[in-house]
Amino acid sequence: MADLIPILSYVTFFLCFAVIFAVMALGLNLQWGFTGLFNVGVAGFVAVGAYTSAILTAPPYPDSLGGFGLPVAAGWVGAMIMSGLVALVVGVAALRLRHDYLAITTFGVAVTLQLVALNARWLTGGPFGLQFIPKPFQDLLGTGLAWNMAYLAMSLAVLGLVYVALERLVKSPFGRVLRAIREDETAAEALGKRAFSFRLQSFVIGCMVMGLGGALYAHFVGYIAPEDFLPILTFQIWTMLIVGGSGNNRGAIAGALAVWLLWSLSGTVLRQIIPQSEQARGAALQIVLIGVILAAMLIWRPRGLVGEVIGTPAGKDEKGNTGKKA
Amino acid sequence: MLRLEAVTRRFGGVTAVDQVSFAVETGSITAVIGPNGAGKTTLFNCVAGLFPPSSGQISFEGKPIHGLRPDAIFQRGLARTFQIPRPFPQMTLLDNVMLAPLGQSGERVLDNWLNPVRVAREELANREKAHHWLDFVGLGALAGRPAHILSGGQRKLLELARVMAAEPRLVLLDEPGAGVNPKLLDTIVEKIAALNSSGITFLLIEHNMDLVAALSRKVIVMAEGRVLITGDAATVTRDPRVIEAYLGVAA
Repeated sequence: MADLIPILSYVTFFLCFAVIFAVMALGLNLQWGFTGLFNVGVAGFVAVGAYTSAILTAPPYPDSLGGFGLPVAAGWVGAMIMSGLVALVVGVAALRLRHDYLAITTFGVAVTLQLVALNARWLTGGPFGLQFIPKPFQDLLGTGLAWNMAYLAMSLAVLGLVYVALERLVKSPFGRVLRAIREDETAAEALGKRAFSFRLQSFVIGCMVMGLGGALYAHFVGYIAPEDFLPILTFQIWTMLIVGGSGNNRGAIAGALAVWLLWSLSGTVLRQIIPQSEQARGAALQIVLIGVILAAMLIWRPRGLVGEVIGTPAGKDEKGNTGKKA
Repeated sequence: MLRLEAVTRRFGGVTAVDQVSFAVETGSITAVIGPNGAGKTTLFNCVAGLFPPSSGQISFEGKPIHGLRPDAIFQRGLARTFQIPRPFPQMTLLDNVMLAPLGQSGERVLDNWLNPVRVAREELANREKAHHWLDFVGLGALAGRPAHILSGGQRKLLELARVMAAEPRLVLLDEPGAGVNPKLLDTIVEKIAALNSSGITFLLIEHNMDLVAALSRKVIVMAEGRVLITGDAATVTRDPRVIEAYLGVAA
């Protein structure tokens, strides 16, 4: 029985991260899967959420702004609002761009945000990051397995809420317009839809969800630093979405679970088979592995594990025919 | 209903549409014909707002519309179809048509979360209407299928159903008969005539003179960006200037 505790501990820890990544992947899915917005700045918007929530909820920091000591829930809401505001500014400036141009711009924004986190000591604590980010209900549950499980439950509740809210959105007339814009923007505009406005809304909502994911991360780990928000994070979230199946929210969640599982397993295996002296370089193999999986999926199963289902509930015929059957 | 005054559109040094003026009467079917490169589609794009005219005025129901965005023009009741149809391929036919109606509350984010009952009620009515239009063009049986399976002619019909779902008062049709097999062509002519007798005004570009003669009493012939002559189908096809524009000067 005593042997089970560390395993249970690890599984809880693992699932917490998977759930947090799933939230971020859902945000990206609204943008890419449903609207076709090539956002390669995921890490930047996650960082905005993480730092905002940390600053709002932590005890006063001696050398930097913030430490307002607000409740964690206020931090989460604040994270969404701040990520949404940053997305609004970026979106107004950049969303007229298409495809790779939007990708380059959002990538640049994310790198800039990461550099701000690294250098604006008064705001972000600089390279040392922010510590003492409160873990909700820690007084009650301590720091062990019980707290991890409680946090997993909270994260799952947040994920469920985000999933339901986004599902309702993508299956609505709003979601129908997003998909129309994704398929043919000129045709959508010729049918009275102002594409820019819909693209902007999709971008802002998606980034708010990413920011919420960042806040969940910050309060789980209790400590954030600029190196947590490098482009590799964006790459991971993208892989999760593509592997799971973009254009399907259940796919995004499945992808987060699958890719995080592979990432964790490969990390463990690599640590065991690579000699101590080469460990640092060996870790790069993890990234190679994820890249290989991504490429393989794109070749053999481009729709992902669970691909997009064609037809909104209203847009299917009487027999519930989605158009997938011959 | 639609009035063009000295509409000109230049692309760099090329004047694709040159001082074009004409009016479309309410309830009519007006055809624009002319050889390739005459500027017909460019003219349509100016009217529909895809790009603004370089100079000149366009008014719809008495109000100026030149310089408005395509979505704003559509919302005023002026719809257009494309020469090469543009269905949303990964969406069902039903979703293609249900997209079009104006003023859907479910297109606002918050209404979907705060007022789902109203959105669902509207969707139900919208769906009935979309089925009606798909049945009207004879695509009812394919309502639940993705649009990419359609043939070229069926795509033209889908575009017609799609714009009609928004209840426009004037419809611009860019070559409704191009690439359509003869049997389907009869269907298209019949549908346009039926819609016209229910009060919808049409302005169409067409090369098929049988279709033009069957539908429109007023034909505008364009060549090299200008209006050559205006008249009925029989008159313009006999006019030597029209023959010259199409075939060149006789040796």
